[in-house]
Amino acid sequence: MALADTRTGSGDPPKVSLLYNPAVRRGVFQVLTLVVIVWVIWYAWHNAAQNLARANMTAGFGFLNSRAGFDIAQSLIAYTSDSTYMRALQVGLINTLVVAAAGIVTATIVGLLIGTGRLSHNWLIARLCTVYVEIFRNIPPLLVIFFWYLGVLALLPSIRSIFQHLEEDPDAVFFISNRGIYMPAPVFGEGFGLVVAAFALGVVAAIAFTLWANARQRATGKRPPVARINLALILLPPLAVFLASGRPLSFDYPVPGSFNMRGGMVVGPEFLALYLALSLYTASFIAEIVRAGIRGVPGGQTEASYALGLRPRQATRLVVLPQALRIIIPPLTSQYLNLIKNSSLAVAVGYADLVAVGGTILNQSGRSVEIIAIWMLIYVSISLVTSLFMNWFNAKMALVER
Amino acid sequence: MAETTIYVRDRFLAPEAPPVSDSSVIGWMRRNLFASWSDGALTILAAAALAYFLPAAINWLFVSAVWTGADRTACLTVEQGGQLPAGWSGACWAYVGDRFVQFMFGSYPRDELWRPLTVVVLFVALLVPLLIPKVPRKGLNALLLLVALPIVSYVLLLGGWFGLRHVETSLWGGLMVTLIISFVGIAVSLPVGILLALGRRSEMPIVKTACIVFIELIRGVPLITVLFMASVLLPLFLTPGNNIDKFLRALIGVSIFASAYMAEVIRGGLQAIPKGQYEAADALGLNYFHKMTFIILPQALKLVIPGIVNTFIGMFKDTSLVTIISMYDLLGIVKASFGDSGWITPVTPLTGLIFAGFVFWIFCFSMSRYSAFVERRLDKSQTR
Repeated sequence: MALADTRTGSGDPPKVSLLYNPAVRRGVFQVLTLVVIVWVIWYAWHNAAQNLARANMTAGFGFLNSRAGFDIAQSLIAYTSDSTYMRALQVGLINTLVVAAAGIVTATIVGLLIGTGRLSHNWLIARLCTVYVEIFRNIPPLLVIFFWYLGVLALLPSIRSIFQHLEEDPDAVFFISNRGIYMPAPVFGEGFGLVVAAFALGVVAAIAFTLWANARQRATGKRPPVARINLALILLPPLAVFLASGRPLSFDYPVPGSFNMRGGMVVGPEFLALYLALSLYTASFIAEIVRAGIRGVPGGQTEASYALGLRPRQATRLVVLPQALRIIIPPLTSQYLNLIKNSSLAVAVGYADLVAVGGTILNQSGRSVEIIAIWMLIYVSISLVTSLFMNWFNAKMALVER
Repeated sequence: MAETTIYVRDRFLAPEAPPVSDSSVIGWMRRNLFASWSDGALTILAAAALAYFLPAAINWLFVSAVWTGADRTACLTVEQGGQLPAGWSGACWAYVGDRFVQFMFGSYPRDELWRPLTVVVLFVALLVPLLIPKVPRKGLNALLLLVALPIVSYVLLLGGWFGLRHVETSLWGGLMVTLIISFVGIAVSLPVGILLALGRRSEMPIVKTACIVFIELIRGVPLITVLFMASVLLPLFLTPGNNIDKFLRALIGVSIFASAYMAEVIRGGLQAIPKGQYEAADALGLNYFHKMTFIILPQALKLVIPGIVNTFIGMFKDTSLVTIISMYDLLGIVKASFGDSGWITPVTPLTGLIFAGFVFWIFCFSMSRYSAFVERRLDKSQTR
């Protein structure tokens, strides 16, 4: 009977005052948030419209088709000061991607070396790697960029001393000066496309062979010498085609001009400073991530693989590394994203990346809203694409569970 | 049966020699430096590199460095117009010494320097007890540091009240600006970050979406673009004719940026709290506000103290970016002094950057050590 008494309210919901009804409260909060957000946007929009009207300006992206009128020193696609703003922004985007890609590759390699070095049994190596990590992790990347640009690269020999050096040694083709590193540029002749095609074919063949070798190992337990055959498959066909087609490759050598070197390929000090700084700075963080990843794999795993008869290299490659990667990949992704975002520090040394080019356009045309919107859109998209790729890689590496 | 002879040893074997002592220097070296051939080669290579670079670096930094001097001629070689022997190269510490006050306080009026110095003393006096775990009254201490100190510093540094001379923010500079920006960024980002993190975990779709969009948008772009946004767009978005202070704009930019990052750190802590804690708080009949302030946040924040300190370190380094929107923080003012005609020498930039790097390093390194210390302490409380 007592049980029935406590259940009397089960028919209709308990009466709660409106003030304490969770659903009502939630609704009120949401409406309030929405009102505040809409008001902020409206306020900013309204003021911006008024401010723009006072400055006799209109908003819109039409200006992107007008003439840029400024030069860009480092451009990988055809660009002159007569090109459009749009083209200038494309140059900037490509430069950003180039320095970010180069930085990511170098930072990963250096970080891997330093990170494993810190775990080395060799006392001296471990200490040196620790010192490296502790120095670079605790200094602003911008300062490292200035250090390379103003402190180191500016002290390299001047163009004039390169000219003097050339008089003494006319055969020299590779120069390091304070205006950059000069080297011969490859000029691809007719028929070089065939060499590239042969290379692509070799890569496809190598992948196919690896798949076949894996299947064979599973079936018979014997593994063909994959590494050697793959190397041959990738290198030999393009080499053969290259020789057969009459070596369609020549070099354009840098020669002294009136004030500067002409011809050849030049890597500017702006790019070098940014690239070195980004790589070395990010490498110190990647080193810590790698170290944490390797230490996160229990020692029993290595011992077990030795007990199964694997050699140390096999144990590392087949047992430790796949497990360490699972720990490493998520933080590594955020380091890659940081590097991409830090590449915007290019503006401090005048490397024409997206932010530097955009800044110039912003100063020239005063289109601040549009430029900043473009920046945000592009950086958010790059970040998204990188995250998606790394998430895919992470999912591929993840533990396969039932 | 009887034929089988059982082997019985009738003599003791001579004892084996004790294992070679490993505690000697040679034993240590064999284990730690020359364990294998490749190891030995690496050691020798590294030692050779050290022997080559370390003396050169010490020589450049200390031995042949110039410690005193009134202007650039002290740090120039004979052929460059100074008195040092040809081919000399070394650090020019005389320049850092001459510009030291500027590097610390910028162009702050020299007869008013007691004001920033007082703020520094107050800051240290409030920060040190907060960092030492044993000192009681953490709440009051934090309140003084995060609420009272900013108000006092604002009055003291800017002036204009109580007969203090007004000092424009354009005169501020150096390490002072670096510290102010990072401190304000931290003080603003903690509460805003907590709100954003709670909002992102809330069940209200509009609040949740707004927080996610804000956090991901800000985290997806570089700090420079946020700073540009604050310095260029902010005046555009406010009522026409406003004249918002440039320093304030940088502060807003850095605070927005730091808040988004802090929100993600704190969200990590919130996610680490077991569901039972939320349910227990609900079962006790606590409302949302009480549940968060008394049950969830104290645990979550304690969990992410290392993460928060790491965000601080990142922010402290990132403040150097205000150099790009032409403000003079430590790095900005050091860089600006390279063009100072009184001290133009080939070694000035390197010396100045090494000095600035050292100052940044001291701050960041001590913060990271403190974070490691807290982490160890937290670990200890977990293992009973």
